[in-house]
Amino acid sequence: MDWNAILITTVKASIGLETVVYALAAIGVNIQFGYAGLLNFGQAAFLGVAAYGMAVTVATFHLPFWLGIAIGLAATIVLAFLLGIPTLRLRADYLAIVTIAAAEIVRLVFRSVKFSSVFGGSDGRQNFSGDFFAMNPYAPGTYGIGPISFNERVTWILTVGWVLIAICCGLVYLLMKSPWGRVLKAIREDEDAVRSLGKNVFSYKMQALVLGGLVGCLGGFLFALGQASVQPDLFSTEFTFYAYTIVILGGAARVFSPVVGAAIFWVLLVFVGNTLSEAVSAGLLPSLFTVNNIGAVRFMLVGLGLMLLLIFRPQGIFGDKREIALDAR
Amino acid sequence: MRRAVIAFTAFMGGLVFLLAAPAWADGEALKGTLQNQGQPVNGVKISVVAEDGKPVDDATSGADGKWEVPVPKAGKYKVTLDTSTLPAGVALKFKDRSTLDVQVYEGSVRNVLFALAPAGAKGGAAPAADDGGTSFWDRVAQLTFEGFNLGLIIALAAMGLSLVFGTTGLTNFAHGELLTFGAMCAYFFNVVVGVHLVWAALLSVVIGGIFGYGQDRFFWGRLRRRGSSLVAMMIISIGLALFLRYVFLFFFGGEGAPFADYNAQPGVQVGPISAAPKNFVAMGIELLVLVIVGVALLKTRIGKAARAVSDNPALAASSGINVDQVIRIIWTVGGAVASLAGVMLGLSQNVSYQMGFQILLLVFAGVTLGGLGTAFGALVGSIVVGLFIQLSTVVVPTELKTVGALLVLILVMLFRPQGILGRRERIG
Repeated sequence: MDWNAILITTVKASIGLETVVYALAAIGVNIQFGYAGLLNFGQAAFLGVAAYGMAVTVATFHLPFWLGIAIGLAATIVLAFLLGIPTLRLRADYLAIVTIAAAEIVRLVFRSVKFSSVFGGSDGRQNFSGDFFAMNPYAPGTYGIGPISFNERVTWILTVGWVLIAICCGLVYLLMKSPWGRVLKAIREDEDAVRSLGKNVFSYKMQALVLGGLVGCLGGFLFALGQASVQPDLFSTEFTFYAYTIVILGGAARVFSPVVGAAIFWVLLVFVGNTLSEAVSAGLLPSLFTVNNIGAVRFMLVGLGLMLLLIFRPQGIFGDKREIALDAR
Repeated sequence: MRRAVIAFTAFMGGLVFLLAAPAWADGEALKGTLQNQGQPVNGVKISVVAEDGKPVDDATSGADGKWEVPVPKAGKYKVTLDTSTLPAGVALKFKDRSTLDVQVYEGSVRNVLFALAPAGAKGGAAPAADDGGTSFWDRVAQLTFEGFNLGLIIALAAMGLSLVFGTTGLTNFAHGELLTFGAMCAYFFNVVVGVHLVWAALLSVVIGGIFGYGQDRFFWGRLRRRGSSLVAMMIISIGLALFLRYVFLFFFGGEGAPFADYNAQPGVQVGPISAAPKNFVAMGIELLVLVIVGVALLKTRIGKAARAVSDNPALAASSGINVDQVIRIIWTVGGAVASLAGVMLGLSQNVSYQMGFQILLLVFAGVTLGGLGTAFGALVGSIVVGLFIQLSTVVVPTELKTVGALLVLILVMLFRPQGILGRRERIG
């Protein structure tokens, strides 16, 4: 058992690309689900259309990088309206089913052979991150403390990622302290009461959906740029479920909980995954466990963790039980 | 020829989902399964060449049609199928696609598909390029038949989901895993133990019923008594679904596999429809079960009680119905019927760990189309969804047929959120 390697990868995971991407996705989910009580199970689609919007603009149509970002943002807003208009007037679980269906539609279209000249089928798109890394201010080399260091490309993308996270957290903090945020939380608690005070509930919900989608779509950009490729199956429904697990783990309706939740989630996932695979190769586990199926174990633990959290501690680590209206219908 | 096309489309459909399955291997590799009309093709040589022209390795497909070539690193590779090693009567579906360029990503095993067809079959991109002798209406009839087949399977699954929703308000995202569970049980008894599929299916229905009963007795029932909210329970069901799906993956592996029986039945022609006899029998069984459940709901005491609880649990309780007992019976029957649906689905596609989740969205589409919480609405909605999916392939590519059904789901939400047979007040 190489504990040293396990510890290094685990520490790296706590600030790594996945943590950044999932933190941004989870901040978006937190705005929608934590503050507004909207069950958007299609967060993966928001990240997907943003990432593909950028990648396709640059890689397929050879247009500038910043136009790609603009198209990604526009695609996210359009998707939010498409999803929101039919469903935001309906009950929470209808929104859940429609958004999950929409996310699958988006993924299936991205990976279809029919549109592979645009989206690249199941291979996705590459060759679009050049302009982004051309902006890299870090000279080639490694940056970090001792063994916990990244090369200049990763350092650049992590810098951008954590700055974006800081901005988004600040934005959420200010927004939720504002009258706008208070109306949002009131909608979560009692929609009818807010409506009777003369507020346009539908409009507020729509704004929350768009805002959450936009924050999430930043994660989509970073995901695509960090891997220098987009593939349709990165944006499966399970991505969304992991984002929900992160929000609930940290505690819904708290500014920093998605960030801390994402770090804890990935630290645990990487630690358990590495420890198990080291244990398998060291022959410490029964022969039932093999290199091929060991990866499934950690995702079993995610499912189990999600269930246990909601049963025994629905407010998560930092949440306040009074703040979280899980029975908003 | 028709059958080849059907087998191919089904295989492609299955492949979409198989490809979606993450690979859990350590090193990069290329792999695939060669199948002709659902039968493995062995002894075919596959060679892999790196981008710079350096040969990597060769492989020969095994008895199960599988081949795998480990590659040194991520990158682009040329995969070539040696057509001279194909057995007699089998040829590439697309003659010009014996060499494929594929990209292997870091740490992933890449699936490579060579579509095979009986020799002499015309290659075509879509079923539209069918052999010229069949008319448009024959094709519609065939697709209608297949649509009914799929719709009945969805209906079996939808029955339980809809009744559970009606009686407890739970939107159960783990319902698809009940189907997978049934199929996996049948697979275990059929392939591992060696029991004939009929008995394996019966056993799996019984076990599925016990599984449903157990879920309510030891899990959902407890949560209801604790007063967990509905949204919390819905997210718990997602956790349960994830957990079960990866348990299935752990024991079953990421590849799909067929049952041991009724694998390669020659098709029979009934009017304009050609299908394997197993499909007719399966549809008969599905119809029979649906009729039995429907009659039970209408005529028996417990069925009436179930509908009463579904309508208004508080009122039902105050008129002397034991609500908890009714819910438990619904879970038991729902689990058993879902198991049957899983076996039927495994019979028409392959058994895989994601099959339940993949059909779950279609079940949701059927249930919402018919009206959430209504038993017969679910039946009607499911058959409409099944028909729609198959018939839509007349105009849309087969790979996108699910997209059409999911779009309909969204449109129903827009124009008639209560569904076909639902009532307005349910949507709140």
